[in-house]
Amino acid sequence: MQMTGAQMLIEALRLEGVTHVFGYPGGAVLNIYDEIYKQTHFKHYLTRHEQAAVVAADGYARSSGEVGVAIVTSGPGFTNAVTGIATAYADSTPMVIISGQVPTGLIGTDAFQEIDAVGISRPCTKHNYLVRNAAELPRIIKEAFYIAKSGRPGPVHIDIPKDVTAEEAAFVYPGEIKMKTYNPTYKGNLKQIKKAAEAIGKAKKPVFYIGGGAVLSDAGELVLEMLKATGIPAVETLMALGTVPHDNPLRLGMVGMHGSYAANMAMSEADLMIALGARFDDRVTGKLSEFAKHARIIHVDIDPSSIGKIVDIDYPIVGDLKNVLEEMIPEVKQTVNPERYETWRNTLKRYNEIHPLGYTDSDAVIKPQWVVEEVGRMLGDKAVVSTDVGQHQMWAAQFYPFSYQRQWITSGGLGTMGFGLPAALGAKVANPEKTVINFTGDGSILMNIHDLMTATEYRIPFVNVILNNNYLGMVRQWQTMFYQNRLAESVIDMQPDFVKLVEAFGGVGYRVTTKQEFREALEDAIKQDRIAMIDVVVNRDEHVLPMVPTGGALYNMILTDKEK
Amino acid sequence: MRDERRVISVVTLNEHGVLSRISGLFAGRGYNIESLTVAPIPGTEYSHLSIETEGNERVLEQIVKQLHKLIPVLKVTDHDKETVVEKEMALVKIPMSEAIADVEALCRAYNGSIVNTGDDVFIVMVADEPKRVKNFIHVIQKYHPKEVVLSGVVAIER
Repeated sequence: MQMTGAQMLIEALRLEGVTHVFGYPGGAVLNIYDEIYKQTHFKHYLTRHEQAAVVAADGYARSSGEVGVAIVTSGPGFTNAVTGIATAYADSTPMVIISGQVPTGLIGTDAFQEIDAVGISRPCTKHNYLVRNAAELPRIIKEAFYIAKSGRPGPVHIDIPKDVTAEEAAFVYPGEIKMKTYNPTYKGNLKQIKKAAEAIGKAKKPVFYIGGGAVLSDAGELVLEMLKATGIPAVETLMALGTVPHDNPLRLGMVGMHGSYAANMAMSEADLMIALGARFDDRVTGKLSEFAKHARIIHVDIDPSSIGKIVDIDYPIVGDLKNVLEEMIPEVKQTVNPERYETWRNTLKRYNEIHPLGYTDSDAVIKPQWVVEEVGRMLGDKAVVSTDVGQHQMWAAQFYPFSYQRQWITSGGLGTMGFGLPAALGAKVANPEKTVINFTGDGSILMNIHDLMTATEYRIPFVNVILNNNYLGMVRQWQTMFYQNRLAESVIDMQPDFVKLVEAFGGVGYRVTTKQEFREALEDAIKQDRIAMIDVVVNRDEHVLPMVPTGGALYNMILTDKEK
Repeated sequence: MRDERRVISVVTLNEHGVLSRISGLFAGRGYNIESLTVAPIPGTEYSHLSIETEGNERVLEQIVKQLHKLIPVLKVTDHDKETVVEKEMALVKIPMSEAIADVEALCRAYNGSIVNTGDDVFIVMVADEPKRVKNFIHVIQKYHPKEVVLSGVVAIER
């Protein structure tokens, strides 16, 4: 069937089963938006900034497991989207981002709203395309969705010149994609898996090190089965939270810079580390020469370039975690007796008793950690939680009782302030039946504040909880600890009235200074069918602890404020 | 870990933008490209690249893996010295005032010849193993070359 490029795009999105698209129109995508106007297959959400469109699609994807789709125009539309794209790339979110481009004949002439979009997106996408004619558009869209969600997922960018969206060609949508040059390995090498299972059986102090790959591969249940079969304790990275439920006795908590004492000590003292879809990020390893010094390492990852990138691996297994675990579980049942690790489990249990994750609560001021715990007590597994970036993010990671995968939406790799609000928006669109909470800070929240309007326009209710300490808290913490308290540009004396602000956008706001007020505000906020914001005045000088200073060994943690 | 020189062969779809994906991969990670040659593989939709690079074991492993990760790349071969044939070509412009017969004899020793002559200069070509070409460039300095152009290394598995 003959179609214009714009019609092809709509048809292809329909065939890919896309039901929600986030975007912002402009000159170069007018033909596309004209077709969006005419169609009924998907709902389009107009955000108030292109970055928010991409992040909302990201939040949608992370919380649903579907491919997120965003559409932006050329030039500034695209450059505004770049931070969102890079955020998705750093955390391997499957996404397809479509941008307009100036007409083919004008490319390279410094035309109005022209920028070399594929040149910019190349290092922050899994793949990208500049479409040269309408005839190749169907194949490109099919490939883009396939690449985005297969292998190690990631964002794929398609740049479509305006004339291509008007050009007519035959629409032939490929049923299946076979790419000679791209064939991710899903099945792990059985010999390697057997060797790994033997190594687990021989270990005395093994530990599971679970990363975001466990979420991306939807391997949660198998991970838990593996834990149960072996009785081996597990640490989680920031990206994996929710994989091992908070009440699982084998859970040691988050690992890394702000990880728990037990988790970091387990990594440091283990004689075998079993990395499942984790990538040995610098925020996890601390000083490399001191990292896992006594451990042999099994590393399961679908991305071969992640294996051996940071540390040498004794048992590399390339494959999809789900597939590999399916093969590995029967093997470990042969080689492993869970009782073998009883002493090791007790040692770690004792570590957790000596230095549990905690804080000193107060009735005079609200402690930020208490807010997170209280939300957890009130909502627990009923809420999907997003965050911005900074102290509040770490407190949310440490103190929220997560129970399942995709309950936790955070920008881990890139650490993008301004992520929380649009991500919550996308998460709520994907999970209308769930309560969505965005933990944020007084710094981060203003970075995409305009998208309160989107929430109001489309009646997407969720609750922003600002842990307000009048600081860029994490910057302030580092300045206090490592720069003799010279607080360069981290003191936020000037703030908007957040209550009036959210009211101006059609939402409901609360400012609370006591625990009782917070409880009442949250109870009221989750009942609203509009966007809500609770401005929580918290203790200003609270630190995120424990902390492994940059470049320090994982086992050298600052545990209390007195030590700094 | 010590730095090593290595030639890596890449077979990639011959499509627009692919060279910038590869050069961008090196640039963005601070890896070094000593030389790079590229040409289509006759009768296919692919191109062959020979990349001469330097790095320690971990860096070289990452280069290979990252090249593999690029969607249009079909095959990456990290050549070790024993199994690869490497050649490089050099074009050198020499003033007519130099002893042309001596130069020609020298070129022949390096698998080359005079390929062009003009009023003021003549041009010679040699094609040999990269190490020998380097040696030739050193020796030819005696004849006051006006310009030297190297092709970069091309490599093929034995």
